[in-house]
Amino acid sequence: MATTPNPPATAKINRVGLSVIDYRGSKSTLCAGCGHNAISERIIEAFYEMGIEPERVAKLSGIGCSSKTPAYFLGRAHSFNGVHGRMPAVATGAAVANRNLLYIGVSGDGDTASIGLGQFAHLMRRNVPMIYIVENNGVYGLTKGQFSATADIGSRLRTGVVNELPAIDICALAIELGATFVARSFSGDKKQLLALLKAAIAHNGTVLLDVISPCVTFNDHEGSTKSYKFVKDHEEPLQEIGFVPSFEEIDIEYETGNGVEVSLHDGSKMRLAKLEEDFDPTDRIAALTRLAHAREKNEVLTGLFYVNPAQPNFTDLLNLVDEPLGTLPQEAVRPPRSVLDRIMEEFR
Amino acid sequence: MASTDVVKQDTGSRQDRDPVVNDFSIQVATVNGSGSQSANSALMRSIFLMGVPVSGKNLFPSNIAGLPTWFTIRVNKYGYSARKQETDLLVAMNPETAAEDVRALGAGAIVLFDEPLKLEVLRRDLEFFPVPIDKIAGPLAPEPKLKKLLRNMIYVGALAHLLWLDMQAVEEAVRKQFNGKKRAAENNIAAVRAGYDYAVANFPRSRLKVERMNENANKIIIDGNSASALGALFGGVTVVSWYPITPSSSLVESLTEYLKQYRVDGDGKATFAVIQAEDELASIGIVLGASWAGARAMTATSGPGISLMTEFTGFGYYAEIPAVIWDVQRLGPSTGLPTRTSQGDLLSTAFLSHGDTKHPMLLPASVAECFEFGYTAFDLADRLQTPVFVMSDLDLAMNNWVSDPFPYPEKPLDRGKVLSKEELERLGSFARYKDVDGDGIGYRTLPGIQHPNGAWFARGSGHNEKAQYSESPEDYVKNVNRLNRKWETVRSIVPGPVIERSTPGAELGIIAFGSSHWATLESVDQLQQEQGIALDYLRLRAYPFNAAVNEFVAGHERVYVIEQNRDAQMLQLIKMDIAAADIVKLRSVCYYNGHPLDARFVSDSIVSQEQK
Repeated sequence: MATTPNPPATAKINRVGLSVIDYRGSKSTLCAGCGHNAISERIIEAFYEMGIEPERVAKLSGIGCSSKTPAYFLGRAHSFNGVHGRMPAVATGAAVANRNLLYIGVSGDGDTASIGLGQFAHLMRRNVPMIYIVENNGVYGLTKGQFSATADIGSRLRTGVVNELPAIDICALAIELGATFVARSFSGDKKQLLALLKAAIAHNGTVLLDVISPCVTFNDHEGSTKSYKFVKDHEEPLQEIGFVPSFEEIDIEYETGNGVEVSLHDGSKMRLAKLEEDFDPTDRIAALTRLAHAREKNEVLTGLFYVNPAQPNFTDLLNLVDEPLGTLPQEAVRPPRSVLDRIMEEFR
Repeated sequence: MASTDVVKQDTGSRQDRDPVVNDFSIQVATVNGSGSQSANSALMRSIFLMGVPVSGKNLFPSNIAGLPTWFTIRVNKYGYSARKQETDLLVAMNPETAAEDVRALGAGAIVLFDEPLKLEVLRRDLEFFPVPIDKIAGPLAPEPKLKKLLRNMIYVGALAHLLWLDMQAVEEAVRKQFNGKKRAAENNIAAVRAGYDYAVANFPRSRLKVERMNENANKIIIDGNSASALGALFGGVTVVSWYPITPSSSLVESLTEYLKQYRVDGDGKATFAVIQAEDELASIGIVLGASWAGARAMTATSGPGISLMTEFTGFGYYAEIPAVIWDVQRLGPSTGLPTRTSQGDLLSTAFLSHGDTKHPMLLPASVAECFEFGYTAFDLADRLQTPVFVMSDLDLAMNNWVSDPFPYPEKPLDRGKVLSKEELERLGSFARYKDVDGDGIGYRTLPGIQHPNGAWFARGSGHNEKAQYSESPEDYVKNVNRLNRKWETVRSIVPGPVIERSTPGAELGIIAFGSSHWATLESVDQLQQEQGIALDYLRLRAYPFNAAVNEFVAGHERVYVIEQNRDAQMLQLIKMDIAAADIVKLRSVCYYNGHPLDARFVSDSIVSQEQK
């Protein structure tokens, strides 16, 4: 018996016939233990479990450690690693040119909250249909450990430098500016992050996912507010998040208890077991208030802060044809000779 | 017939001078925001409708209302359309500048002015025609706001009499000006008639005469920005992203109107997107994202916007993503002189960005070329997979020009080397930056191609043939050397230079481009007629240059390069390309005060350099 090889285990496949290997990218070159690697893993799982063909996905990023990660997941997806802080513009252009793809942008706290703050603001405001992930560690890694604009007041670098400026709350800003799905998670919270990512894929509009992702090299020490230990000790999840994709037919009666159900654009459902009795994630003002309180109490508040599945997105507002603009044939884009003749007549 | 362009006119008393027919210039001095633009356009169109070659230039301040503005109209039977230095007739409506404007006139000029300004006391060697504008406007409109707008039409009426204009043509021009707004047209025509009647009753006709010709049959009047917009429309543009900046804003604004009218399908859905971005960094980012995804994407801006596009342009060069970028040039950074014209962005644009980058620039000289390059720029960008700049300027873009109607583009859209799913299935896989055809241009796929090997990773300079991240010295050098081979392809397919004037045996050459063309053309004739200097004239239509430019310089003793910037930027570009022994042949004529170039300046400069 010992000489007979075991029959190979049938690889698990998802609803489009792909295995999780089809969702992998190249090997990460980030530091061992970097929170960003954990996030890449969750992205791979989310797209695999949702059964999205990688060819239907476009990945975009700016510059920084976080922005390198699109190379490490979904190797068969289309990719654009642009310039520092300008991923939102590239994503906007692509989303308008081909509205049939699923867009995921990966940015960092420097790329988003400093050099790219203007583009970030306008992307949120336009509600461009895409998932915008901020891999937030409060520090510039590639340039070796300077504070970013999401570093908390009083947080200390290993060199002893203390941050004296207030942190920019990316989530509060996104809600204020018009994003229609705003959540925060933690790279170490596998379950919550995966559920949020799957819901993000189902949402039709801008998803802003702020993921606290500790930098093991430059910002994981005593005195840092973005260290594993600090985040683990101070994390305050708003809800326990369950996700039921639209393609799962069997709908077992769900024990709602003090929970709430949110239907997303594609028919998927988020089931939120409330840990805070009064919090309603469809109430913008309440979300902003709760975030302000969290800042005062030094809580690392996580969970779904705000969702509005009904808001028309940017490509809806542009009233575009169904076919991608990028591949329209000549007949659709060059008006006939008679039109030029008519226009010339107007100038006589 | 003696021409005021070629020989400066003698001074003398008005009685003993012959009438000047279809060869003079008018300057209208008004206050910005007073509505004079409509009156001036109607005046220009009246002359156009009489079949006489005419051009108009608005010299306006950066201001919404209140600052002085001048509109110059040139009537020229030979078709010369550049600005002319001398003013033969001044319409003085602005109290703030009237005295200075009158002092600047050459002896014998005519002044039509608002009577209360009492300008006739300033000089004795001019001919004055006072018109009591407010008195005439009084009965025309009860409301002060309307009255203010109609004031300008009164001088149009008075000019109609002085210049022997056909009143039917004037009325038709006013109707065209207020296209579809019947009531406004009638109000304005009444004001024109009132001015005309006053002039008939009080003045003889002047010696400046517009006489019917038949030079404008079938022609159009259009500004460069509208022509560029039409070019983009017929080039099949699908994504436009922009940030407002003078003098490029009206390009996108008119394009948006055309797109709304002609690019909405049967179900009311748009085959285009226009995005007003938060800044020029975003405009070009949106363009590159859209182009990467297959759109024909463009932006339009001016110098300050180009500088914000620097890093992304370099990215486009290295990732090899098409883009069409219009630079409607003006003077200087910051506010600079935003309403003044310039050709000062050549060097900064040709090499925009960092590392080894260089970009093709198209150089339209006319509204017809604004249209033509408006669509060919897309074909070139797609074929070459690189950002393509179109260098217009304020003079070309915002002034009205008479032109032949634009011919419909005959060649189908060239989308360049894009692999379809079927082609990829046949090939099995592809390497994005592999030079398969020897022209330095690889094959690309568009995001959305449903094939497991269809994707490629767009990134900056550090990549190998397969678009994989690489910091290997060999990969880098191989890539930039291939980009240099591509540059030779660029050279071979961008619009080549054209010989505009040629005299057998001419020792001197002249090189010009863009809006400098019109003054240069006139100067070549001036120099021939006045000085007996024969020049061959080569007009550049694109950068990089082809061999014809080298041969042109090699074939002449001295070559004058005419341009509207201080540092002879085009001359510097030519210097980099031609044989070392020919560099000493290059001479420079640079004009950079923000006003459109005139022929006299070019001629004087060449004569004085030839005398040295």
